[in-house]
Amino acid sequence: MKGQDQFATLTLRGVGRRFGATDALKNLDLEIGKGEFIALLGPSGCGKSTALNCLAGLLPLTAGSIWLDDTRVDVLPPERRGFGMVFQNYALFPHMSVRRNVAFGLRMRRLAKSEVTRRTEEAIQLVQLQEHADKLPGQLSGGQQQRVAIARAVVLEPSLVLMDEPLSNLDAKLRLEMRTEIRRLHQSLGLTTVYVTHDQEEALSLADRLVVLRAGEVQQIGTPEDLHNRPANWHVADFMGYRNLLRLTAGDKVGDGVRVEGSGLSLVATAVGGVPPGTPVLTAVRPEDLVVTGGTGAAAPNRIGATVEVVEYQGRELAVEARTADGVLLHVRSEQRLAPGDEVTLDVAVDRLLAFPEDDGDVAEEASTLDGVPAMSGRESAG
Amino acid sequence: MTGAPVASRPEAAPPPPRQEDPGLRHRLAERGIDRNLLLILPAIVFIVGLFIYPFLYGLGLSFQPKEGGGPFADYERFFTDPYQRNTIWKTLGLAIPAALLNVLASVPIAYRMRGRFRGKRLLTIVLVVPITLGTVLTAEGLLNFLGPAGWFNRTLLEIGLVDEPIRLINNYWGVFFSLIITGFPFAFLLISSYLSGIDPSLERAAATMGAGWWDRFRHITLPLLTPGLATTFCLTFVLAFSVFPSAILVGEPAGETRVISIAAYQAAYEQYDYPMASTIAMVMGAVELIVIAAVLVWRSRFYTGTTGGKG
Repeated sequence: MKGQDQFATLTLRGVGRRFGATDALKNLDLEIGKGEFIALLGPSGCGKSTALNCLAGLLPLTAGSIWLDDTRVDVLPPERRGFGMVFQNYALFPHMSVRRNVAFGLRMRRLAKSEVTRRTEEAIQLVQLQEHADKLPGQLSGGQQQRVAIARAVVLEPSLVLMDEPLSNLDAKLRLEMRTEIRRLHQSLGLTTVYVTHDQEEALSLADRLVVLRAGEVQQIGTPEDLHNRPANWHVADFMGYRNLLRLTAGDKVGDGVRVEGSGLSLVATAVGGVPPGTPVLTAVRPEDLVVTGGTGAAAPNRIGATVEVVEYQGRELAVEARTADGVLLHVRSEQRLAPGDEVTLDVAVDRLLAFPEDDGDVAEEASTLDGVPAMSGRESAG
Repeated sequence: MTGAPVASRPEAAPPPPRQEDPGLRHRLAERGIDRNLLLILPAIVFIVGLFIYPFLYGLGLSFQPKEGGGPFADYERFFTDPYQRNTIWKTLGLAIPAALLNVLASVPIAYRMRGRFRGKRLLTIVLVVPITLGTVLTAEGLLNFLGPAGWFNRTLLEIGLVDEPIRLINNYWGVFFSLIITGFPFAFLLISSYLSGIDPSLERAAATMGAGWWDRFRHITLPLLTPGLATTFCLTFVLAFSVFPSAILVGEPAGETRVISIAAYQAAYEQYDYPMASTIAMVMGAVELIVIAAVLVWRSRFYTGTTGGKG
């Protein structure tokens, strides 16, 4: 166990897990450097929790291997891996005080009593629970329980901390606070962390690198900026907040971009992946990149006219749903005061409009559930 | 309830606000007193008719000795006669070891049988079926299996381990085995359900913190299971304490296994001394209560709150 405390790289090689006939996780290759904060991101059932449990040793692999430098760890039981884990439901021992919960792992390592006491108190101080140290978990609030769970995992100074949706049981305000807390802890302790979440905002704000999973397969690995600005395919785009996904048809190249047409629209987009002329494409744009203009100013390459249908007040901005003359529904964010029925002109920059090839066989089925697309599919024969 | 007719007659003037009535009803409802309380009425009737009344009747009877000598004369007679008094120790000597063994044997088996695996249902059935057999069938099986000419002794004789049959029935051991066979499934089922009420992620968490299986069991599962073990012990103890048929069928009812229920039976149906029989029944209840109280006091020293699971 001593040797694992210091390591340079944690490597996952072709890690896979089957349940019966279905692959919950397929061929995951990942290298994690010391001190890195990695987020595994994806919708429910994408395999992210499976990956975490495989790392923790709670679930045996059915393919691949996991290495800490040159030590193979996937063959070790969880208690011999020396990883810390924060569970979604915290899994605090209900019959032990906060102090004994935190001390448990140290006691299991048969450390000297004085060291157990010292490190326990340090960890409790780290998460600011000094005055609650003698309480049972049942007497604590959700946020405090969360802190105990984190203290309990980091007190062992593990070579790797695994977090399984640790914030999903907290209310919105507490979630933001704890998010900052986790980031602060990571910055001060520098513990290598793998963090599972379905919340893209959480992942973007916490992680150094993100791994986006879908149906057990890696879609993209990259920095928050990579994923935010250059999603690799339309699934990732959809997940990263590109709420407008329009099914259009690719046309000729225009400068650096490609023309996309259909449903009364003719726009210039940035192609991601091969989009030969005549093939269907999914064109993605974030609500905040659809800029409401008065229709004046220099002629922009991408100008869309639409009528405002629904307006939601969201503090500094409005979330607006607008529909084009041909019935395409668009999600827009605007700082201007708009009202239902207003005619608006929307501009979008070429590099903010991404055109993805329709990759999968199941695309039609999935796309039909996307916002805006059903309104268009009825008109496809016309266009 | 009063609002419904008003709604159907829109032209009618709204009724004057009645402060007291809803206020009182609301206050009572907050204390849990409402019409739903009537649902427990049948249970109360049963408890009063089939438990409280017979109990008080028996208690009264025990203070009216047939042979006179003051209200406590039968209690005095019971406790001064070693032949009667010793039935308490004989019964405790059977019931406490049997209940303990049932609980202790159930824990590792139930612990091992958590989770899903092939054949779990079949194994559970095999373990639980004895509960359906009844004492008489169990006794008959024991006579055939453990008797002087039974398979067990014949096998021991064949392989030369013993020179003459070991006496395993018509004594203490016969009754003891019978109590294990009928009591174990009960303890196993109860403990299994207590175990399934413990959140499995607690043990997983302990594993990620470096605890091996024995430490996980000792520090996490066992402390959380202890209140359940105490309850299970109490219930199997009560079952074993009132042992009667097997004490006669596979025991030695005139000597080693003259348990307290036999004493009560003899008083009632051989001597027709109902006050004495009631006295013995009261003593029996008191002994059970003392044991249960002792166990519950011990149990109160442990954590008895939520165990995080589905239980």
